[in-house]
Amino acid sequence: MEARARAHGPPGEPRRIGYLFVLPAFLVYAVFALYPLLKAVYLSLFEWDGLTVGTWAGLSNYREVLTDERLRASFTHALVLMLFFAVVPLFVGLLLAAILHRATVRGLGFFRTVVFLPQVVAMVVIAVAWRRIYAPDGSINAVLRSIGLESWTRGWLGEYAFALPAVGLIGTWFESGLVTVLLLAGMGRISRDLYEAARLDGAGAVREFFAVTLPSVRGEIAVALTLTVIAALKTFDLIYMTTSGGPGHTTTVPSYEVYRQAFELGQVGLACTIGVCLTVIIFAISFVITRVGDRGAD
Amino acid sequence: MRVSGSERTMNYVILVAFAVFAIYPILSIVIAGLQPDAEAHGGLGNLQQAWEIGRFGSYLRTSLLVSTFVVAVSTVLSVLAGFAFGTMRFRGADAIFYLMLVGIMMPAEAIVVPLFFDLRAIGLTDTFWAIALPQVAQSVAFGTFWLRAAFRSSSRSLIEAARLDGASTGRILWQVLVPLARPAIVTLVVLTFMWTWNEFLIPLVMIPTNEALRTAPLGLGFFSGQYTQGYALLAAGATIVALPVVIVYLFLQRHFIAGMLEGAVKD
Repeated sequence: MEARARAHGPPGEPRRIGYLFVLPAFLVYAVFALYPLLKAVYLSLFEWDGLTVGTWAGLSNYREVLTDERLRASFTHALVLMLFFAVVPLFVGLLLAAILHRATVRGLGFFRTVVFLPQVVAMVVIAVAWRRIYAPDGSINAVLRSIGLESWTRGWLGEYAFALPAVGLIGTWFESGLVTVLLLAGMGRISRDLYEAARLDGAGAVREFFAVTLPSVRGEIAVALTLTVIAALKTFDLIYMTTSGGPGHTTTVPSYEVYRQAFELGQVGLACTIGVCLTVIIFAISFVITRVGDRGAD
Repeated sequence: MRVSGSERTMNYVILVAFAVFAIYPILSIVIAGLQPDAEAHGGLGNLQQAWEIGRFGSYLRTSLLVSTFVVAVSTVLSVLAGFAFGTMRFRGADAIFYLMLVGIMMPAEAIVVPLFFDLRAIGLTDTFWAIALPQVAQSVAFGTFWLRAAFRSSSRSLIEAARLDGASTGRILWQVLVPLARPAIVTLVVLTFMWTWNEFLIPLVMIPTNEALRTAPLGLGFFSGQYTQGYALLAAGATIVALPVVIVYLFLQRHFIAGMLEGAVKD
């Protein structure tokens, strides 16, 4: 029994002192993260303005999330943003990485440094930059004017039909580099023998991609989707800084509604409900993606 | 792999086009920050003007204090916890560890509302602790996960040899294991620094009135709302806010890339 436990379990011996080492980290985590999360679940069952005494509301806040037009729209917008933050970057990344993977090119290190750069810049800064690009006198409109498409120019973030795709495109820009770098690393680990074999079978570039490259980077695809889908749900900074959910409520998202309901409208219970839903969705999505990724790897 | 010359050329075209797409928004803000306009004289003087008009000096100082505190405290706590989870067995270790894993995915949006009202009740909002401690909690969740993996992979015979030599547990940790885990610890430090420096929601909520405690991104957020005289100083301010992390990134990019990509993979 002892021998089996040793062969399987974590390295090291049974030691009570372990509790002492874990305690400080766990204490801070429990007080400032775990307890607030449980408190959010508790508060989500109340109608509370943050000042007076709250009243028990049961599940009515959850009903409101499902029925309120604006709140429902916020979740739909998050879904649309997932397309821009996760799906489009995945295709861009697969295409770019597959092309770059086929031949050794010089300057790949520099390329990696540059395309990964957006990931380390504060979202507030990114928002300030893109607000300018989308502005009526910004660079997109300048390009349109220079090629004679004056009639196409507009304030991209201010129009009902264009605001959400415009915000989404920032996400595509933000995530494409990350996904490409991740997939390039994964493709770099594929054995050259597999390609030799495919070539001997007479496979062309396209078949080679579907037969060898794509199955080999399944794990990386799962990681990329987890990272980008979660990023698409945590877009508070971006929305707060670019559109504040407008025009109308065309660009509002759950993470922005949490802030707005709690600190602008005094609907603390409802804000906590949205936060709890957001947490559940994030957990569920990363669970499903890792499960599917694991199954593919076996 | 051998490919044709035209394919090679196409590779370079794609490489350059995508790099330009990625860098353009960032470069455009740096360049705009150096332009003259009604308020700004242009050149590097803009940075100084933004520093004064936008009070970025004060914001940067707060960000530096908060980041230093969060990085230092969460790294030490993560080393201790990661050491225990990675090298010792004790009842409930797995359960406690999985509970902490929850913190990696937990969105700040979910906890910031209850935290604000609890901290306000005990008079802690608008203080340094209200920005720093919640971020320590989040960083410690990732740090424990990250360093547990690092310490697990360290050789057990090494620990046993050190123990036979009479080294205490503390000595084994700080003088044997920590030096070996240095790359993982450096990665953790740069990631925690970046996340803390760039954090926006927590300072926004926790510091409702105290201007002296605004962090750099928060200060930029307010500046962009209030300062509408022109774009040059706003862009200069944005450059100032982004610069510290970008500089660290340029020197330690391997750690950033490896950490952000591997951090998402469970062990």
